[in-house]
Amino acid sequence: MADKNEIILELKNVTSAYGKIAALKGISLTLLKGEIVSIIGANGAGKSSTLMTICNIVRATGGDILYQGKRINNVNPDLLPGMGLCQVPEGRRIFPRLTVTENLEMGAFFRRDAAGMAEDMKRVYEFFPKLRERRRQLGGTLSGGEQQMLAIGRAIMSRPKVLLLDEPSMGLAPLIVQQIFRIIEEINSQGVTVLLVEQNANLALQCASRGYVLETGNVVMEDDADALLHNPDIRKAYLGE
Amino acid sequence: MDYFLQQLINGVTLGGVYALIALGYTMVYGIIQLINFAHGEFFAAGGYMGVIIISYLSAKGVSPVLCIALGLGLTMVYCAILAMAVEKVAYKPLRSSSRLSVLLSALGMSIFLQHGLMLTQGVYDKPYPTAMTAGGFELGGVVVSYMQIYIILITAFLLVALNLLVFKTRIGKAMRATAQDKVMSALLGINSNRIISLTFAIGAGLAAAAGIMVGFYYGSVNYTMGFVPGIKAFAAAVLGGIGNITGAMIGGLIIGMVEIFAAGYLSSEYKDVFAFIILIAVLYFRPTGIMGENVDDTRV
Repeated sequence: MADKNEIILELKNVTSAYGKIAALKGISLTLLKGEIVSIIGANGAGKSSTLMTICNIVRATGGDILYQGKRINNVNPDLLPGMGLCQVPEGRRIFPRLTVTENLEMGAFFRRDAAGMAEDMKRVYEFFPKLRERRRQLGGTLSGGEQQMLAIGRAIMSRPKVLLLDEPSMGLAPLIVQQIFRIIEEINSQGVTVLLVEQNANLALQCASRGYVLETGNVVMEDDADALLHNPDIRKAYLGE
Repeated sequence: MDYFLQQLINGVTLGGVYALIALGYTMVYGIIQLINFAHGEFFAAGGYMGVIIISYLSAKGVSPVLCIALGLGLTMVYCAILAMAVEKVAYKPLRSSSRLSVLLSALGMSIFLQHGLMLTQGVYDKPYPTAMTAGGFELGGVVVSYMQIYIILITAFLLVALNLLVFKTRIGKAMRATAQDKVMSALLGINSNRIISLTFAIGAGLAAAAGIMVGFYYGSVNYTMGFVPGIKAFAAAVLGGIGNITGAMIGGLIIGMVEIFAAGYLSSEYKDVFAFIILIAVLYFRPTGIMGENVDDTRV
């Protein structure tokens, strides 16, 4: 549901590296306000590196990262959530020795509006009633699916404008994956722009409006999600046909 | 029996002091995996700054209770600032270096601070105005000095306050989050540098309070006073499970008790040895300590 084709996040020829090993070799992509865009690609193609570079956890060595028209290459990572840019990283990274509620509170760390936070926490618990049952439990004791719910819930607590999601389906049972994707669509329908990184290309392209295909740090293809879903090369390489 | 109770109250007093120092080791380790060997020097610096402020105030005719309260507060702030400066100068630039480099930097800082104290304050013991807290009472054959009561009350207050801070407040939760996953906490908007700085400040503040109390208890301070109690408190932190706040408190109490009881029943000459026997035994038989690794959620 792209809104007036307004660009909210744009990468222009972005490069980054881990030490001397190149991670991104010049990625360009755009994200329009209100849409879901998927990045698909094999292991090591640079999908997670793209998200980590956007958040400046991995420093961009070249190119421009523009968020709401502002260059954010050198903005400290801890300032981005306050600007509405939030990432649920690969592996979920729940704080294992904080309770479910404390994990959610950390999602709203930079916020000072107690009333709004309470409201958002209620909303998260409505999305994920399982989490409410386990709210006093430590994050590390949750199952994989519950941890993914908690990770997404934690991101919701920051009231993001753009949500970067890295492999939300990883290691989860198909039923749980469906539930997670339904909620991603629900969050999107409430106006949050989503950039979704997935190895499960089928699922990712089904809920996205557009997709990018990454290979060894480069964008090798970009198209409407439907077109990619029906592209024979893509079907062969990423959809297991 | 009276003798036992007497040793018990002495042990709790000393143990509380070790617990306060041990917390600094454990919190800093919890957040950046560094054994801050300069930590004992904050204890010594606190002992000195305390006597300077308290003597000054009492010479101005301020009442003893107010002297001690102000002295404690100001000294804790002073040591907190000192620790933040040390962190900024000696550890922060090495954040991405090997752990050995930071450890060596800590040892260097320890020598620097200790000799700084010697050069500015002299090599001789500096007496504490113990008349301020003199006196005590006898309770069924056990002699309890007012100073011991002060130490136990102040220690208990600080330990409870720290627990509330770390486990109940927003900033305490952020400290624990940062200790558990720095990248994730950054992605959530937590500035880890600020949290690390704060951790050093809190640890040094507690050590400073311990320094003043030891000054009153033993009647004087010396520029080398940070070393042995520092190492014993380190043993306490390891015994409790390094990185674990509750563990440091328990470890401190145990080390204090063991030292006092060993001095009372075995040999006072060898009292310093027992803390190190415990340290070696823990490292050999149970390196994770009493509360270490997955026993509970009170690690930072």
